[in-house]
Amino acid sequence: MFVQHFINALGLGALYGLIAIGYTMVYGILRLINFAHGDIFMLGAYFVFFATIQYKLPWGLGVAIAIVGATACGLLVDRIAYRPLRGAPRISALISAIGVSFFLENLAVVIFTGMPRAVVQPPWLMKPVILGEVRLIPLGLMVPVIAFVLVSGLLWVVYKTKPGLAMRSISHDIETTRLLGVSVDKIIALTFALGSALAALAGIMWALRYPRVEPFMGVFPGFKAFIAAVFGGIGSIPGAMVGGVILGFVEIMSVAFFPKLSGYKDAFAFVLLIVILLIKPTGLMGERMEEKI
Amino acid sequence: MKTAVRNAFLNLLILGALLGFLWWAPANLDNYKLRIINLIAINAILGLSLNLIYGMTGMFSLGHAGFMAVGAYVSSLLILTVEQKNTMWILEPIAPWLLHLQTPFVVSLVLAGLAAALVGWVIAWPVLRLGGDYLGIATLGFAEIIRILIVNLTPYTNGSLGLKGIPAHTDLWMTYGCFVVVLAFMVRLMKSNFGNVLRAVRDDEIAARTMGVDTFKVRVLAFTIGSFGAGMGGALMGNLITTIDPKMFTITQTYSVLMIVVVGGLGSITGTVIGSVLITVMLEWLRFVESPIRMGAFVVPGVPGMRMVLFSVLLIAVIIFRREGIMGTREFSWDWFFPKPAKTTQTKEARE
Amino acid sequence: MKRCFLALCVVLVAAGVSFGADTIKIGVVATVTGQNAFGGQLELEGMQLANKLYPEALGKKIELVPVDNKSDKVESATAATRLIESDKVSALIGPYASGPTMAAGEVAEKAGVPMMATAATNPLVTEGKKYVYRACFIDPFQGEAAANYVFNVLGYKKAAVLTDVASDYGVGLANFFKANFTKLGGEIVSDMKYQSGDTDFMAQLTEIINQGPDVLFIPAYFAEGAVILKQGSELGAKFRFMGGDAMDNPDIVTLGGEAVEGFLHSAFAYDPSMPEMNAEAKAFTEAWNKEYPGKAPNANAAMGYDAYILIYQAILRAGKSDPQSIRDELEKSTNVPTVTGLTSFSAQSHDPVKDLGIVEIRNGKKSYIYTIKP
Repeated sequence: MFVQHFINALGLGALYGLIAIGYTMVYGILRLINFAHGDIFMLGAYFVFFATIQYKLPWGLGVAIAIVGATACGLLVDRIAYRPLRGAPRISALISAIGVSFFLENLAVVIFTGMPRAVVQPPWLMKPVILGEVRLIPLGLMVPVIAFVLVSGLLWVVYKTKPGLAMRSISHDIETTRLLGVSVDKIIALTFALGSALAALAGIMWALRYPRVEPFMGVFPGFKAFIAAVFGGIGSIPGAMVGGVILGFVEIMSVAFFPKLSGYKDAFAFVLLIVILLIKPTGLMGERMEEKI
Repeated sequence: MKTAVRNAFLNLLILGALLGFLWWAPANLDNYKLRIINLIAINAILGLSLNLIYGMTGMFSLGHAGFMAVGAYVSSLLILTVEQKNTMWILEPIAPWLLHLQTPFVVSLVLAGLAAALVGWVIAWPVLRLGGDYLGIATLGFAEIIRILIVNLTPYTNGSLGLKGIPAHTDLWMTYGCFVVVLAFMVRLMKSNFGNVLRAVRDDEIAARTMGVDTFKVRVLAFTIGSFGAGMGGALMGNLITTIDPKMFTITQTYSVLMIVVVGGLGSITGTVIGSVLITVMLEWLRFVESPIRMGAFVVPGVPGMRMVLFSVLLIAVIIFRREGIMGTREFSWDWFFPKPAKTTQTKEARE
Repeated sequence: MKRCFLALCVVLVAAGVSFGADTIKIGVVATVTGQNAFGGQLELEGMQLANKLYPEALGKKIELVPVDNKSDKVESATAATRLIESDKVSALIGPYASGPTMAAGEVAEKAGVPMMATAATNPLVTEGKKYVYRACFIDPFQGEAAANYVFNVLGYKKAAVLTDVASDYGVGLANFFKANFTKLGGEIVSDMKYQSGDTDFMAQLTEIINQGPDVLFIPAYFAEGAVILKQGSELGAKFRFMGGDAMDNPDIVTLGGEAVEGFLHSAFAYDPSMPEMNAEAKAFTEAWNKEYPGKAPNANAAMGYDAYILIYQAILRAGKSDPQSIRDELEKSTNVPTVTGLTSFSAQSHDPVKDLGIVEIRNGKKSYIYTIKP
């Protein structure tokens, strides 16, 4: 029983973590809560749906198309809605982000209609493996593994490559970085591209795990993942992953230990969030951000 | 001195025009238009209260929907009749003490505000130690917790079934009465010394503290007053629609108030009023794209969802072209319409 | 640029409001976007089909005026106000789901315009209302019938319930099911909850599996219900699943795949797989297949169709098309043949007494297997 819950929690948490990374990367650099992130996630899921289910392309190709498509959308969003607002009050960019989020959701309603569509899962991903009382499906195992690999790769990019160095530098001081001759806009675009690609991957896995796509599918996971990012310390990539896993555990374990209170499930998560923020205001693994003086 | 008399006269004139409009409108406009006009006033009240918290005092709060929910529920529970309460709680019986609790609408409105203020005050103590976006997230967390409590505490709130058939008392006089009171309060507040203290806390907390201002207390007070406004606005909103349920008070509700405040101009009372007119009217008016459009012999079929697509494009465009909002932090002033005598401005500048 | 756009819009709006007096307008608070679009879209198609078959009354053209409610309560009230005030409709057809219907109903009641709810099964929808009617049965009956069927026909004694606490439909129906099931002598072994928007039900399902019920009752909307079924089969649940009318959707097999095999749900008494159809149901099925080839006729569309028919018949009987006459005639409806059976209203009750069907997914197809008479 407990092992089953544990595995469920890990699978859910890893997905939250994957989405959370996109929030955390953009926030770390621009101090912008990119509300449109959940909708890029939705677009990624739709792209893979159309490629593989509608047009019967092989899954590998479908995944590639989804990643490229979502990345392009992410770049476009940055170019049109965020770049003109660099240097504007942060709240303006935030409202623009809310606007983009409304736009993408409703554009999806207009283009794809509001009907949820079924995603047909490849059967080998779903064939259960039974170990005593525990049932595992390959997909459930794959999600945490892929998440781990992606995070490692991302950490490598951020800490071992030149663009990564530039990203970290921008997050500390955007003006000085610009003076050093770094093309700030390009690096920010790169950040959006990476974040969107991750969102698309998360979207694909989400669509496989909870097999349907619909225009508002990004709203709740996006919201939860954002909470997860704050849990872990927004701005920190390992923090986002840790936050995601913690959130997954809180959601699953609160139901497991207090089945009578399952209606209060989300409240548990929020109470924990507030407690963490009060004890450690920058989240579990967040760095202290400089105070504006 | 002369300008003060002039301004007082002009203000009275505007008030008179508003009164005239309120007297004229119910008989001459249809209910749909009246509903939108009512909504404008309610949105303005909500916007002004958020503007006090965020725009004036610099506390990024995403908890407005939670305070609105408290207000809407308190007020509605107080004006529902015993008979209605008996029939509506079909899942679990209503808490006995609540059954016979009843007050007139105006009293319920004040109590709604007070209840929301109390909740705001209780929340303020822990969360206002946080700053920036973290404050936003913590307040959002509290708003969600309030919503989840409403969903689950069926004996008091009727859970997700919500309350319906709330006796309607909101007409133009009520909503605009409240609006004028809130507006006047805000204008007086921001002109007073306390208003300067608020701005000081927002612009430079450390400096304010050095000047001997207990910044934490000031923030708690502003947050509590703002919550009062949100509670009252929520109560009016619930009463206008005459049915409420927890789903009405999600983060989307907070966003729409935030949008009004930011589009109007953060920190500007005038801006919030303009923003609420603009956003409320725009949302309704854009509906035409979703119904079939006849142009002579051609019929362009309406596209569902198109309204919000256009709305979001307009929203983004406004923010990009006027990044500080329509008014920025400026306020409306009668001086706009009169050429300023050069001498007075000089002395004013000299004094500063 | 902006001014041009404004001017253009004004022209468009002005062009839009040119009507003749020779039309009767029926407003539809439609649910074509948002979370309930899957059901609302089908309902609207049903109404449009009915409108096509019966386009005229009293020598006037009947025009359907749909306004979307985004699956939202406040939007429903606004949409209803707009339809009544700006479009001057003679009658309204309500949105999908009970919550939005209640919001629109308040407006209709105050304005004195009759409204016909389609699939809003919560008892509060018509309660105390003079102008609100509905074309479907109500949840106390549905919950009782479902409990009866599970306990007496299938012989299951232990049931579990998984409810969306944030959905008024869900908590209502779950409540009536639980009450009746325990009254019959059955036992509710697990009563779990989730919130609208959740996609992961693994924790709740693992708990329920642990309690070993014979059947799990899920009063969910279709989009979530299908995912619950999937995850249940993933976790190797051995018990039966049963849903309510909101699980009735032609896409269920596409969305649920093998996981929905053996799934049961209660339904408005119409399904293309019905062994015996009444004349109205036959006509509807035939017309639907002609109008929407390749798309299965379904109960949602049937409810939209029925709502239109009930208003249409009332207009014919009244010989007038003003809201008050339509309302008065609606109340006198006796045994009006509709797709889901004979519909009658009275001054005491605006809820028709109707059969309830049980649908099972067998061999990847929906099959109508049982009828419960009230």
